[in-house]
Amino acid sequence: MVEQVAQMVVHGEAWTLKDLFVLPNEYVYWSIQIVMYPYMTGLVAGAFVLSSLYHVFGVEKLKEIARYALVFSFALLPVAMMPLLLHLMQPLRGINVLMTPHFTSAISAFGIVFMTYACIVAAEIWFVYREFIVSSVNRLSAKSDRSLYESLLLLIYRLISLGAMDVSRDALEADHKAVKFLAGLGIPVACFLHGYAGFIFGSVKANALWMTPLMPVIFICSAIVSGIALCIISYYIFMEMRKWAARRGKSFLLPDALAHGSAAVDYEHLRSVQDHEVRMTSKYLLIFMTLAITLELLDMIFRGYTAVKSWDALRQVIYEHDFVKIFIMQYAIGNVLPFVMLLIPGVTVRRAALASILVLFGVLMMRWNVVIGGQAFSLTFNGFMHYHLPIIPHDIETFKEGLGGALTVIVTPFVIFYFLNMIFPAFMESKDSH
Amino acid sequence: MKRRDFLKNAAVFVSGASVSLGALELLDPRQLLAANPELRWGFLVNTHNCVGCGFCVKACKVENDIPLEANVTRTWVERYVITKDGDVVMDTPKGALNGFTSKLIDQNQSGMKQVDDEEIAQAFFVPKLCNHCDTPACVQVCPVGATYQTKDGTVLVDRKWCIGCGYCIMGCPYGVRFFHPVEHVADKCTFCYHRISNGGNTACAQACPFGARQIGNLRDPNDPVAKAVMNQRVGVLRDEYGTKPQVFYIGLNKEVR
Amino acid sequence: MKGHVWRPLLVVIGLVIIILVARMFYVPEDFGAQDRGYTFGYHRLSNEQEWKDYPAKYQDSEYCSGCHDDKTEELNAAQHGMIPCENCHGAAFDHPDDPEKLTIDRSRDLCLRCHSELYMPSSGRNDIPGVNPEEHNAGLECVECHNSHNPSLEEM
Repeated sequence: MVEQVAQMVVHGEAWTLKDLFVLPNEYVYWSIQIVMYPYMTGLVAGAFVLSSLYHVFGVEKLKEIARYALVFSFALLPVAMMPLLLHLMQPLRGINVLMTPHFTSAISAFGIVFMTYACIVAAEIWFVYREFIVSSVNRLSAKSDRSLYESLLLLIYRLISLGAMDVSRDALEADHKAVKFLAGLGIPVACFLHGYAGFIFGSVKANALWMTPLMPVIFICSAIVSGIALCIISYYIFMEMRKWAARRGKSFLLPDALAHGSAAVDYEHLRSVQDHEVRMTSKYLLIFMTLAITLELLDMIFRGYTAVKSWDALRQVIYEHDFVKIFIMQYAIGNVLPFVMLLIPGVTVRRAALASILVLFGVLMMRWNVVIGGQAFSLTFNGFMHYHLPIIPHDIETFKEGLGGALTVIVTPFVIFYFLNMIFPAFMESKDSH
Repeated sequence: MKRRDFLKNAAVFVSGASVSLGALELLDPRQLLAANPELRWGFLVNTHNCVGCGFCVKACKVENDIPLEANVTRTWVERYVITKDGDVVMDTPKGALNGFTSKLIDQNQSGMKQVDDEEIAQAFFVPKLCNHCDTPACVQVCPVGATYQTKDGTVLVDRKWCIGCGYCIMGCPYGVRFFHPVEHVADKCTFCYHRISNGGNTACAQACPFGARQIGNLRDPNDPVAKAVMNQRVGVLRDEYGTKPQVFYIGLNKEVR
Repeated sequence: MKGHVWRPLLVVIGLVIIILVARMFYVPEDFGAQDRGYTFGYHRLSNEQEWKDYPAKYQDSEYCSGCHDDKTEELNAAQHGMIPCENCHGAAFDHPDDPEKLTIDRSRDLCLRCHSELYMPSSGRNDIPGVNPEEHNAGLECVECHNSHNPSLEEM
């Protein structure tokens, strides 16, 4: 009597291919969603740090993109949590992380750090936009014939104003101080938020590829890189769309203008703003990229040089199985190429945006190579596992942990941003500097 | 403030802070264990006796409701074939659920491999199961307190509290954890807690016709397992992770990982 | 500082209070750091009892002797006496109530678990008589010639 009558696919089996000797329970348990998770958290942290460069360090050149980066960072926030929930086998119990946190686990810090960070970003937005909120409440309530949409907007503004209607000089001065304080506080928290994402991996002593104290630092650097790159590219795209919309009068692409009925946006003006901001930002991108690449190479060289027990298996993964993913896709296309593109003098907006796309791709590949690469070899170092991303889902699990789930995670922040932009116009240019 | 004063103040501050931190320090598990001297479950595997029949794997799956056809298992048996050239070939087809009935060694994607009898220097079987470590890495990383160690040393999973994040699966250096295909939570060997707590034997040890597996109380000097651990040369798996595994092996080889 | 500056903080404090209150209702009372401390023993205590109450499937050979003592004494002395009854006869569960009859595994595959010949020096497997399943009466069930309890043909 042979026992295996029917196949029962266990979690991980659908996308794992085993080679040589692999323990029976070993699969690629952490798949695409766990690649997306540090990627999205990194984008959140990076976008916030970019905005803080202006608010804290007073880098005036980044003024316009800073406001945008802040709102976009807020739009990204819920999405940083999404891959985790999509990945959980029991998503309904996700709340347990907040209810009975076990702080010896790096994941349990998530609930606390994430909430703290969300509160800081929300509060900062509140202070930055308070003057605008108050003026909107005044403008909308003064209007006698409000449409349903405007009434809803008024209700939202009334609610989020928290009843603080004082826009005297002193009050605004206090707002500015609060923004500065929160942005300053936000930087370490943002770094912590992402550093601990690195710690989640770096502290797994069972995994030879992950376990390094450099992991949190590498994650923070690549987070800032990817965050800045995303801000550049999305800022570029949104500005292109706004320019296009401003010329053609397509108001649905100007949701803030739609919401506030402000005057038409000037095309030439948008162009000059975009040029200036994108070029400035790409300089900062270059600085953080240098740091990120240095650390990643240091890690790899160190592993090869010390060549401890696990190195035989790691070397096979790095130089053979994942060679294309690591050296071609991550380093050559994702790091060196954009680096050179940004270094060549006379950087144009288009070139900066293209380089940013490559950087974003490079960081995604870095996350992939860490998360999937770390599970590419058996705990015994005598076998390998290959991961195959499920593209066409045949059940809910292969959707969640497949291309569909990943795309959902990527698209969501833009959807959120569209609506958020109606309430907090991210491209609004302030008259006075603070 | 003078520099010397500053240093002095700083020293006082730092030592004061560390004292208050010391008060917050978590209790040392060894101290706690010492408070319970009567019972600590441990396991002894005699690899010389194992013939690779896989009855233990089948018994475990039936006893603990792990679907037989699912490719995960709480315990398994590995075959090691070491050639005279020093090559090591190993496999564990379906975790040895149906034993080892073929000379072909399953290399997964690389197909089947056969080693001629004349080339074999030594060949043996090694049963594996959860090590119920003294300082379990899997418990440390659980974000919600769904996996834990009992007073008697067993590491269990709370099926009603586990969120299924998989961190414990990643954290275990021995690969003993997996997602239960029906319960959809992390699962692992419990040392048959329901059996041993009620005076019974584990399903795997009971099913073994050759006495290759034994469970016992490491705190009882008259217990056969405790005696063997004390008096014989036993080894443990991958102790470099500092997990202090409590499954002891007689006849361990350096090739076994 | 103007008073309105603290309003977001009040919202945050409100949130924290909500979470703490929710915790009181959501978390079972017996949840906490138990005997092994917070690092290794943080759990819901009643879960230990739940595991202790997990239903057993296998009894043991003594349980079998409880009723079948007419056979077990002789069979325990047989060549295969060291193999526990339930390995071939199946897990007893609540037999004889449920199931009333056990399904015996008489398959060739069952015998081959031990008796498929492998060259395993430094293992007990080498001491067990083995056959090459492809050559040794392929297609026939072992029990057609061999007695499961006393398989040696000379002693039959």
